[in-house]
Amino acid sequence: MTARLRDQLRALVAKDVRLELRSAEALPAALLFALSAIVVIHFAFQRDTLAGPLAAGAFWVTLLFAAFLPVTRAFVVDSEQGGIDAVRLAGVDGTTVVAAKAASLVLALVAVETVLVPAFALLLLGPSLWPVLVPLLAVLALANVGIAVVGAVAAALAALSRLRELIVPILMLPLSVPLVIGAAEATAPLFSQTPGDLELRWLLLLGLYDVLFVAVAVGVADHLIDE
Amino acid sequence: MTALRSNRLALLAAATACLLALALALVFFYAPLDADQGFVQKIFYVHVPSAIVALGGFVAAGVMGALYLRSGNPRWDLRSYVAIHLSVIFGCVVLATGSIWARASWGHWWLWDEPVLVSFLVIFLLYCVYYPLRYSIDDRERQARAASVFAITAGAFVPVNFIAVRLAESFTHPRVLSQTGGNMPGEMRLTFLVALAAVALLYVTLCRLEIAAKTLSAQLSELRRALESAHVGALPGGPRARRSQAPSTPAASTGAGG
Repeated sequence: MTARLRDQLRALVAKDVRLELRSAEALPAALLFALSAIVVIHFAFQRDTLAGPLAAGAFWVTLLFAAFLPVTRAFVVDSEQGGIDAVRLAGVDGTTVVAAKAASLVLALVAVETVLVPAFALLLLGPSLWPVLVPLLAVLALANVGIAVVGAVAAALAALSRLRELIVPILMLPLSVPLVIGAAEATAPLFSQTPGDLELRWLLLLGLYDVLFVAVAVGVADHLIDE
Repeated sequence: MTALRSNRLALLAAATACLLALALALVFFYAPLDADQGFVQKIFYVHVPSAIVALGGFVAAGVMGALYLRSGNPRWDLRSYVAIHLSVIFGCVVLATGSIWARASWGHWWLWDEPVLVSFLVIFLLYCVYYPLRYSIDDRERQARAASVFAITAGAFVPVNFIAVRLAESFTHPRVLSQTGGNMPGEMRLTFLVALAAVALLYVTLCRLEIAAKTLSAQLSELRRALESAHVGALPGGPRARRSQAPSTPAASTGAGG
C-alpha cells in the first residue's frame, strides 16, 4: 500500500467517523437495536439465561441484524450530499472508497460489540464470559472483517438502486450464511456451561470467507462507484 | 444472418428434444428400480442434473459478469442475465423435486440436516435478489454494472456456501459425484449421465432462445423509435419540416407518413 493510498484511506475513515459523531444516527440506532433484541430474545425464547448453541445463535443473529443499520446508512449521507462525487473529483479511486467504507464499518461493529458483548453476558448468557474472552475476540475480529466487507459491497450496490435500504438486508442475509455458520459453531462451545475449545476449522472457514470476499471486493469495487 | 441463426437454434432445439426423449426412455425403461426407494428414486434423474446445471449457470453468469466489466460489451451482460434467469427457474425445479424426494425417502418435506438442499435454498434466495436489484436501476449502463457485480459476488459465494453448510451438517444426502459415485450400478450411471447431458443441452437451448428473443425485441424497439422519430421529423413543425420551409414547398412535409 502506497503512502498516498494510506493517507486517502485514513482521511476517508476519519471523515466517516466525524460524520457519525456529528449526526449520531446509525450507531446509537444499532446499539439500541442490539439491546432491545436481547429483551425480545428473553421473551421470545422464554428463558432467563441461554447457553451453548442457543446462546451463540441468539448473539450472532442480534449482531448481524444490528449491523444492517450502519451498513444501510454507509453510503446514504455521501449519496445525498454529493460526497462521493467530491471524493472522486479529488482523484480517489472506487476501490479506496469501498475499502474506507469497510474500515468504517469495522469500527462501527467494534463500537456495537463493545456494548453488546457485556450486555449479552450480563442479561442473557448463563456461563461466565471471562475464561473465553480471548477466543471470542478472535472470532469477533474475523467475523467483523467479513460483515464489513460484504456490507460495504452490499451498501454500494444498494446506493446504485432505487430500493436502497430494502436491498441491504435481503442481499446481506443469504450472503452472511457461511459467516453465521462459522461464527455460531465457533462460539457455541465457548458459551457452554463447561467451556470447550475453539475449533480451528471454524476459524479457517471465517478466514476463507474473509479472504474470498476481500478479493471479490477489490476486484469489483472500482465498478461500484460512479465516475 | 438471422435465418442462419434461427436454423442453428432449430437444430439445437431438435437435438435437445431427441436427447430428452432418450433420457426419459432410459429413466423409465432401462435404469433399474432402486432397491430401497423404488420408483420415486427416478426423480433423482431430474433433481441432480438440474442442480448441477443451475449451479454451473450461476458460476458461468459470474464469469460473464466479469467479462462485461472488463469489456463493457452489453452482450455479456445479457448473457449473464439470461444465465441467472434460467438458473433460478432450474433452481425452482431443484427445490421442488428435492422436497418431493425428501418426503418420499425420509418422510419429511424439508430436512435441515441435508446440506446440498439447504445450500441450494440459500443460493436460490440470494439469486432471487438479482431481480429487485437489477430492475430498481433505470440507467442501462448502471444496471448492467450493478448486475455484473452481483453476478460475480454471488458466483464466488456459491462454493464457499457449499463448504460451510457441508461442514455444519451431517451427510444424509447420497453423494452422487463422490468417489464411490453414490454406489450407482452401471445402468443407473449411464442413465444419469445421459439425463445430465439432456438437461445441460436444454439449458443451453433455452439460453440461446431467450438471448435471440431479447436481441430481436431490442432491435424491434430500436426500429420503432427510429420510425417514430422519422415520423415526428416529417410532421408540420417538426425538425425536418422546419428545415424544408425555406423553399416554401407545402408538399415537402408529406410523404414520410407511411
